[in-house]
This record gives sequence, C-alpha cells and structure tokens, in this order.
Amino acid sequence: MGKTLFQKVWDRHSVGILPDGSTQLFVGTHLIHEVTSPQAFGMLRDLGLKVAFPSRTFATVDHIVPTDQRTEPFSDSLADAMIKELRKNCSDFGVTFFDIPSGKQGIVHIVGPEQGITQPGTTIACGDSHTSTHGAFGAVAFGIGTSQVRDVLATQTMALSPLKVRKIEVRGKLGPGVYAKDIILHIIRTLGVNGGTGYAYEYCGPTIEGLSIEERMTICNMSIEGGARAGYVNPDVKTFAYLKGRPYSPKGKEWDVAVAEWKKVISDADAVYDDVKVFEASEIRPTVTWGINPGQGIFIDEAIPSPEQLPEADRASAKEALEFMKFKAGEKLAGQKIQVAFFGSCTNARISDFLEASKFLKGRKVAPGIRAIAVPGSQGVSKICAEMGIDKIFREAGFDWREAGCSMCLGMNPDQLVGDEICASSSNRNFKGRQGSPTGRTLLMSPVMVVAAAVTGQVSDARLVFAKT
Amino acid sequence: MSLSPIAQVTGRGVVVAGDDIDTDRIIPARYMRCITFDGLGEYLFRDVRQTPEGKGTNHPIDDPKYKGATILISGMNFGCGSSREHAPQAIARAGFKAVIAGGFAEIFFGNSTTLGLPCATATRKDLTALMSLIQKDPATLVNFDVKKLQVTAGPLSFPVTLKASAQQGLLSGRYDAIADLLANLPKVKELAERIPSATTS
Repeated sequence: MGKTLFQKVWDRHSVGILPDGSTQLFVGTHLIHEVTSPQAFGMLRDLGLKVAFPSRTFATVDHIVPTDQRTEPFSDSLADAMIKELRKNCSDFGVTFFDIPSGKQGIVHIVGPEQGITQPGTTIACGDSHTSTHGAFGAVAFGIGTSQVRDVLATQTMALSPLKVRKIEVRGKLGPGVYAKDIILHIIRTLGVNGGTGYAYEYCGPTIEGLSIEERMTICNMSIEGGARAGYVNPDVKTFAYLKGRPYSPKGKEWDVAVAEWKKVISDADAVYDDVKVFEASEIRPTVTWGINPGQGIFIDEAIPSPEQLPEADRASAKEALEFMKFKAGEKLAGQKIQVAFFGSCTNARISDFLEASKFLKGRKVAPGIRAIAVPGSQGVSKICAEMGIDKIFREAGFDWREAGCSMCLGMNPDQLVGDEICASSSNRNFKGRQGSPTGRTLLMSPVMVVAAAVTGQVSDARLVFAKT
Repeated sequence: MSLSPIAQVTGRGVVVAGDDIDTDRIIPARYMRCITFDGLGEYLFRDVRQTPEGKGTNHPIDDPKYKGATILISGMNFGCGSSREHAPQAIARAGFKAVIAGGFAEIFFGNSTTLGLPCATATRKDLTALMSLIQKDPATLVNFDVKKLQVTAGPLSFPVTLKASAQQGLLSGRYDAIADLLANLPKVKELAERIPSATTS
C-alpha cells in the first residue's frame, strides 16, 4: 500500500510518541515574525532555555511595519517596540534575521520561498496560519501558536497529532480571466470553511500541475480558510526549477542529492486517501466574496444567495453577513461601488501577481476617489517589479506603490479601512473588522479583479473590463 | 513543567452565540501590538463589545446577568482563522476556564489545550438546549467532566467530544508538552543529523 507525501514526511520527521499519544514531530525549518514570537522568547528566558538549533530558524518583520515610510523609530511606539524586541531576540539567540536594511525583508511566506529556505519533503512551522503556503513546494507546513513557537525554539520539535489527507483533484482548463485565487475560493465555498478540519489538503490533477509555483502558493496559502491546517502540492520539475540557484537552496553535488530525495517524497500512485474530491476547472469563474468568511463567495455573474437558499447550517451566518455587509440577497456584486482597492498580502503579492495585473492596468487610471494601494510581498518582489517597470505602471495608474509588508490584510499597521468602507482586496480574510475598521467591509477576489475594481470604481468582471486588452 | 491535572471544570456560563467566530473577532489584530500577553483579557471580543465611538453594545460578556461566568459557550467552528495564541490567551485572561462549542478550528483547539483551557465539542442539538437554559437561567452551574466527557447543567446532561490526546494531557497535567519534548532532546539531536537544513554554504 502506497503512502501520501504527508505520511512520508510525517514518518521521516517523527521523533516518537509522547505520553498523551501525540507525535513529537521534528521541524526542519522554523520561520518567525514580530507578532507571535516575542512571548515565546520571553518564555524561553523564564525557563532558562536556549534555542536548540538556531540555524534552523529564520526571522523577518512583516505584520506591523509601516509600508509608507521606514524611518525609525516608527510613529507607532508599540510597533517600534516589537521590531526592536525581535532584533534583540535574534541577536541574543543567534537567529538569522531578514531585517529591513537587509533588502530581503518581506512577508514571511514570501521570503521563505524567495530565499530557497522553503524546500520539498521538509516540515515547516511558523506562528502564522498562512504557513500552509509553503506546501506549494511539497513541504508539510503548519501554522502554530506561540507556546508551540517556544517548543520549536527550545527543542526544534512540537507535539502534534497526524492529519487525515484529502485529495483535491482539479481537472481541465481554466477559462480566460480565471486564476488560482478563483480555484481556491471556489474550493472553500464548496467544501466549507470548516470542511478541512482534521485534514491536510493534497492539491493535484492536471490543472494544479499546470499552475506555476507562485500560483500553487496562492492555493496552498488559503488551505487554512477551508479549515485545513496544511495543504500541499507534490513537487515536480517546476518546483526544482524555481528553487535552483536561490541563496539557501542546495548547491553543487548537494543539489542532485537533494532533488533525488525530493522526488522520493511524492505521493505514491497507489497511496490511500481519507477522502477525495474532484473539481472541474472549466466550471470555475471569477469569484468574489459577499460575506464575512472566505466561504461566502459567488461567481461574479451570480446573485448573492438568500439565507433560505443555503443549507440550514449556513443560514444564521449568512444572515449575519448580509446585515454586516449591508447587502441584499438577490443583488449582484458587479456594480457595487468600492472605496478602497488593496493589492497585496501573502496570498497575492508575488511577482507573477503584479506582472499579470500590470498587463491590464497599463495605460489605465484608477477611478476618481478610490484609494488604491499596491504592496509588494517582499523587498525582493519590489526590486524585480522596479527592474521590470511594473511599479511605474501601477504608479502611473494612480496606485500608491508601497514598501513590503502585510499592510492592509490585517489592520495591525497604519494601513486600515476607515468606517464601513468597501475594499476590493487580493488578501485572504474577510472577517468582520479584519482590515482594521470594526465596520469595514472586505471583498476577496483575484488581483486582476482588484485592478478591474480599481479602474471602474466598482466590483467588475475583469473579463469584460479588459475585453479589448 | 508540573501542572495540575484538569479533570472537572465547573462554573456559570455565558452564551456568545454565532457560528464561525474567528480569532480576529476574539481579539482584533490592533490589540496584538504587544510583546507579552499581559492584559489581553481586556480586549476580548473588543470590536463587538463597543461601537467605534466607544459605546457599549450590551454584548453578553458585559451583560451583568452573566457576571462571573467561567465557561464560554458558542457555535460551530469556533476560533477559525489566524493562529494567534492571543485569542485563547485573551479568553483565559478574561477569567474563562473552558469553552463549549459546536466545533473548533484546529490551531485554536491546540493553543487552548496547551494553556489548560479545555474545548469541548457538543452536538448542535445539545448546544442549543444548553444555550437556551443559560440564557433563561444564567445562575445555572455548568459542569464539564473531562474524564467522562459529559456536560451537566441543571436538568441537562449530554456527552461531548474532546481529542484523545487533549483529554489525556488534561487529565495527566501534561497538556503543556514542553517538559516531555525537552526530555527527548538527545533523540531529537540524532534525528536532526539526518534532516537537511537550509543553508547558504
């Protein structure tokens, strides 16, 4: 009987079974940032412990950094204390820190892959739920809490129970204007925001194989929005090509050894799955959320459902969502006025996202009165966008082109919605208050749809807006 | 770390109704600009307890009839979203000893268990009955028996579920795994030799 990639990686990293029956799992690579690590370092100090394997932990700063100006001290004294604390912790405990002056700073889930730190067949942990992103490389990657960050710092291991594996096969060809973001929003809408609880999602099938590594990251990134703590794609030639030559990728003879090892972790053809779901790519259309969780989405040409149309379990949440969003059942989202367009986040702020959107944005202008911001996911992305002239296209269109960070995805830094503004957003969560204003309204969509909304001032079908491009 | 076993949790309940209550709702990111967990209890459910102008919204957490409650009762998929341990820290620091809900997001469940905040899963039917009972008679004492996996409140008594490792950890006082993990460090070091690490050299 064959094994899945998840099972192979799990077995390889298992130290043993703990007294409570959970597994002590070795963490190959640990990523940290300023929000969920300071308390963990505090606990280490309280317990008189050291970081067991400092070379396996990498830090950056992303959640709290201002994206408009970088002069320190930051105007927010709390944010300033957090970056200083991380600097001190990394220096005290010998951890590599991709700090702002390094030119390598950015959102942790963009920096890891970019530096070649994220590698197939390994386990990765980070105190951030979007750690599932790294699964795009065939790594098994988990978001963890701060006590577990402490555990990983102190022992390079954590206590965890194995997950079941659901195979999610996507077949067929995506239509024009339909992107990886639409695939994952559609999967979450179909399987539910808690449909993946207890599972790792293995995304596979010809459509997934056809996606670039960056597109696969978009899909794996949002696994957690479907309740799945981890999501992954089996590594292939694209994965290896992406990693080759990156600063932390294996070099010389070690490269060939590594690739041979990486090929071994791919799920066996006769692997047994706990569940299988199949999706047809041709049925997926550009998707936009209308509610307060990422599963409350519709195709752009559909109407917002009435709670009565939905399964009974989803009705109360749908009613609450309609009330909060000030939308009516039966309305279409197309034509809905927006006030803000946010292009960024660990879901969609990579080079390919900016490149694809820039093709449509070139020569167009952001509609009057719309606050449009574009935030590269890392200083590396920013640099390449500048080299390719992509930043110029965004600036000339009227986007505010920013420095790298999480920005308006989560409302922890100065980039926030005001009042009940509606934001067309390429991010991952539309929870109440997520973008910093308790009454702010978030509509999740693909980056190209964000650009379409920005230039028209309203939610629009990018396929129609850019029909002549 | 030697911790006291948690076999029983008894206290009054508070009903925070709704499904899919996410960790941004439990503690908005704005209040996570901190380097310790001290004082987080104050910001529990902050944005739904106050209007943007700072006026109270009569949220159950502030309703005098639930004052002193130590058991939080909510709907399906509680704690979904972000992995922030700040969420269960805020709940625990606001004085809660257990959460009973229709289901929990996985990271939240693990974070809570590590803090010794047991999370019991009840069926929708039992949960609805418990919610109505507590809303009608907030003085009712709710008991969660971690060993028997049973919740009792007034005339109600129903089974709940809890992941076996969490139950085992709570009952044995090993819900915070750090001591058990540290005990195996020699084995970890052996394994580490065989697991490549990302390096520039």
